[in-house]
Amino acid sequence: MEWDWNFVWEIMPTLIEGVKITILATLLGSVLAAMVGLAIALARRSPNKGLSRSVGFLAEFIRGTPLLVQLYFIFYVLPDIGILLPPLVAGVIGLGLHYGTYTAEVYRAGIDNVPRGQWEAAKACNLNARQTWTHIIVPQAIPPMIPALANYFIAMFKETPLLSAITVLELMNQAKSVANTYYRYVEPMTLVGAFFLVISLFSVVLLRWLERRYGRIEK
Amino acid sequence: MGRRGQDYNRKTLENSNFMTQWSGYFGLILQGALVTIELTLMGSVLALIMAFLAGLGRLSRFFAIRALATAYIEFFRGTSIFVQLFWAYFVLPFVGISLTPLQAGVLALGLNVGAYGAEVVRGAIQSIGREQYEACIAVNLGRWQAMRHVILPQALLVMLPTFGNNAIELLKATAVVSLISLTDLTFQAQVVRSQTGNTLVPFTTILVIYFALALIISWGVRSLERRMARGLDGVRV
Repeated sequence: MEWDWNFVWEIMPTLIEGVKITILATLLGSVLAAMVGLAIALARRSPNKGLSRSVGFLAEFIRGTPLLVQLYFIFYVLPDIGILLPPLVAGVIGLGLHYGTYTAEVYRAGIDNVPRGQWEAAKACNLNARQTWTHIIVPQAIPPMIPALANYFIAMFKETPLLSAITVLELMNQAKSVANTYYRYVEPMTLVGAFFLVISLFSVVLLRWLERRYGRIEK
Repeated sequence: MGRRGQDYNRKTLENSNFMTQWSGYFGLILQGALVTIELTLMGSVLALIMAFLAGLGRLSRFFAIRALATAYIEFFRGTSIFVQLFWAYFVLPFVGISLTPLQAGVLALGLNVGAYGAEVVRGAIQSIGREQYEACIAVNLGRWQAMRHVILPQALLVMLPTFGNNAIELLKATAVVSLISLTDLTFQAQVVRSQTGNTLVPFTTILVIYFALALIISWGVRSLERRMARGLDGVRV
């Protein structure tokens, strides 16, 4: 089968539509994952054993099972108990929850890396728990975590094609529908691959820069 | 008797129907579990081979081999597993290579996870101290001998935990093959869903099965690690 450039230009606008949804899903998913991860990391440090253990187990469970099945679960099971979500929202929740369990580990490492003396100094200055977290610990813990977080957001970006399975019209789904309409698979599938490759290569450059900028804190 | 008795009879009848039906559906899901396990095992073997080929390739003396290995790693890490799978299944037939869903699945999973594994192999080999290489030169070992008898036995232990994580990632990625109509766990759950209309039971069941498989992998890797670390305590710093 020949590669047909005319066909490529013909389907390009449809694919660009898909790209927009892909990027939107990645951005929203990243924001959600960042918040969920922080919540899980804080809950696991809670003095309440019941809370920290159950959140810990839930995070392990989510991390040990496939994202695709979790998406199905959110998309098909939740409507039975009366929660009907649009596909994109279900997809973003799935991405956010799944990658939240990964970012939680990043937060955990980041928080553990704040020297003990900082906690003691905060106590000595008579800061309460909330003040200690917002003014002392989190501002010092976040910058070294940024490259690792970005790494997971890039990984999430590469998982967005899974959303096509729950009928989100992102890049992969647009490519599939184009391919099924014209019965030409070579161009759409290759373009999707090329698109992901290009974005990933750019994001590697971005990651290197983030590592240089935030990777180390001056001691 | 009257209505209540009839109701009761119908209920027990429905109940027994329910039981036989569900046992059938669970059989279906178990068949899916076998396919998932098969895919995970075959994918892991291919991934392991590719990881060592590409990981050692990146450390090669020859520029061409290094470039080839780097291109493979960047390509397969840069595009998503899902796209690679669809490409293997839908595009390769047009260039004359027809794969069954199982072959396409094993190929995509193995090559994808192998690319991640290659970086693990490279990192582990580079983490072995310089003095080990110098000692190899001092006792006049060739490059291959040094790798085989001194470097790899130590590097393997460093690789093992990350390989375990990669194997779990591979297990999770197998769910994607259901989309190219391979009858794995996820596919069978969809079959059960479309036939019974029940969503909670099939999806919860397969989530638990996936999690159990992941636990088995991490347990297996940990015990393997303990076994391999035996006798190295005095050597490793």
